[in-house]
Amino acid sequence: MQLTLEFGGGLELLCDSKKIHNVNIEQQNGENKLTMKDLLSWVRTNLIKERPEMFMKGDTVRPGVLVLVNDCDWELSGQLETSLEEKDVVVFISTLHGG
Amino acid sequence: MSASEILRELDSLKDAKAKIEHKISALEAQLREIHLRNDAAPLNGSSSYSTNGLTQDMIHRYSRHLMLPAFGVQGQANLLKSSILVVGAGGLGAPALLYFAASGVGRLGIIDHDVVELNNMHRQVIHTEAYVGKPKVKSAAAACRSVNSTIQVVEHEEALRTSNALEILSKYDIIVDATDNAPTRYLISDCCVVLGKPLVSGAALGLEGQLTVYNYNGGPCYRCLFPMPPPRTACQSCAEGGVLGVVPGIIGCLQALEAIKIAASVGEPLSGRMLLLDALSGRIRIVKIRGRSMHCEACGENATFTQQKFREFDYEKFTETPLRVPPLKLNLLPNESRISSKEYGEIILTKEPHVLVDVRPAHHFKIVSLPKSLNIPLSTLEARLPEISSALKKEEEDSGLVSGSSAQLYVVCRRGNDSQRAIQCLHKMGFTSAKDIIGGLESWAHNVDPNFPTY
Ligand SMILES: [Zn+2]
Repeated sequence: MQLTLEFGGGLELLCDSKKIHNVNIEQQNGENKLTMKDLLSWVRTNLIKERPEMFMKGDTVRPGVLVLVNDCDWELSGQLETSLEEKDVVVFISTLHGG
Repeated sequence: MSASEILRELDSLKDAKAKIEHKISALEAQLREIHLRNDAAPLNGSSSYSTNGLTQDMIHRYSRHLMLPAFGVQGQANLLKSSILVVGAGGLGAPALLYFAASGVGRLGIIDHDVVELNNMHRQVIHTEAYVGKPKVKSAAAACRSVNSTIQVVEHEEALRTSNALEILSKYDIIVDATDNAPTRYLISDCCVVLGKPLVSGAALGLEGQLTVYNYNGGPCYRCLFPMPPPRTACQSCAEGGVLGVVPGIIGCLQALEAIKIAASVGEPLSGRMLLLDALSGRIRIVKIRGRSMHCEACGENATFTQQKFREFDYEKFTETPLRVPPLKLNLLPNESRISSKEYGEIILTKEPHVLVDVRPAHHFKIVSLPKSLNIPLSTLEARLPEISSALKKEEEDSGLVSGSSAQLYVVCRRGNDSQRAIQCLHKMGFTSAKDIIGGLESWAHNVDPNFPTY
């Protein structure tokens, strides 16, 4: 499944300072079905190069990270259970505090 | 005059000052009302023009607003009657304040406890060089008044705390969060929920910015979106991470836009949506965020977040972040070479044989010091090691330690940076079990004895 993943608000520093990643994820069971839960563990294994605790806590993202699936808060689509489709854009963004 | 008499006198003068200021603002408001009425219906009857309450000067000054069909006389009249509080006169607050003043927000409040610094001026464009070293509130208020002398500008030269937030925020219709740290953001949001005020929230760091409106028309609050605070290491400040000046400028302008829309009752405020600015790639995306959470601790269905609870909430503890940006904190030593100030308090109580060396400069040591501490400034440490050896020996004799055991050596300084450097040196010179007190005397004052004077 082809997805566009974007990291912002400093999270890009955890994956080689690259903000946009066009990825192709092979499903293990052969079905064309992928949930956010699957994606998070894939990202953690394949993209996060340092300090994984700055990205995840337990099996979800750490507090202070907004997850957007096609420009929509993942709270509105089922969080970890959100099923992804071909060409979806998933954004991970850390909340900023500076001013 | 004794100190207590002076304090009493100060209190009564401050009280009188507050009463006078209150009277002034009440009279000013009364005067504005009279002007509005007189302009709307002149007493002499010679010119009974219908101007919807705007004076001749107002019509001239705000003419380009009045000509906008989507804003018009009603929008401007609403704005003139509104009050907006900007929390933080920094990179976000600077442009927002200038636009609020220029556009004719009736009463404009500014709260900030900081002074203008030269390294702020690349982004805090409201301040001028003449104000370096002076309070940001004074500088920003002067700039706003010079842009528009017909509005009321209120100065709150203090830090926002749970003890003063309810009183200050309750005086305004709309709150603008232009602050720079996580605990204050939770504090402001909760206070807005408790008081039922819309909150225009902006943030900027590096080359990115974020903007949304909280607690507006059934929309989410900050806690709905971020029920748990982020780990402290994830919260960089502009002082640590850097920021391109124009980025908070853009977000601050957008905050002004959203607040003006709410004040004027025009358009669709950015509630339930968030604007994300990526300056480097030149992209702005507006995303849909969750609505009000039923389980939100502040604004949810069963939330019990009252004014009382707000006053007692410890935001620093909740976010594990101090409300003020902390000074440099070194971390040079392994944990086993350090103790906390509380642990040192225990050591004193249990009379554990030890020597405490204070490595601050002598003139600092003169201001205040811990009992029985030995002042050996860091710069002279190597030359004065024999003094430490003999102090340890004397302590061992005095406390009747059996041979083979020895008195422990501890080192303290003002904030816990120099003490670490001293320990590194002592370890090299053979005092391998020496430890420093984490956070120094400031931590002692903060965690052990609140009566210990800090400077
Ligand atoms: Zn809420």
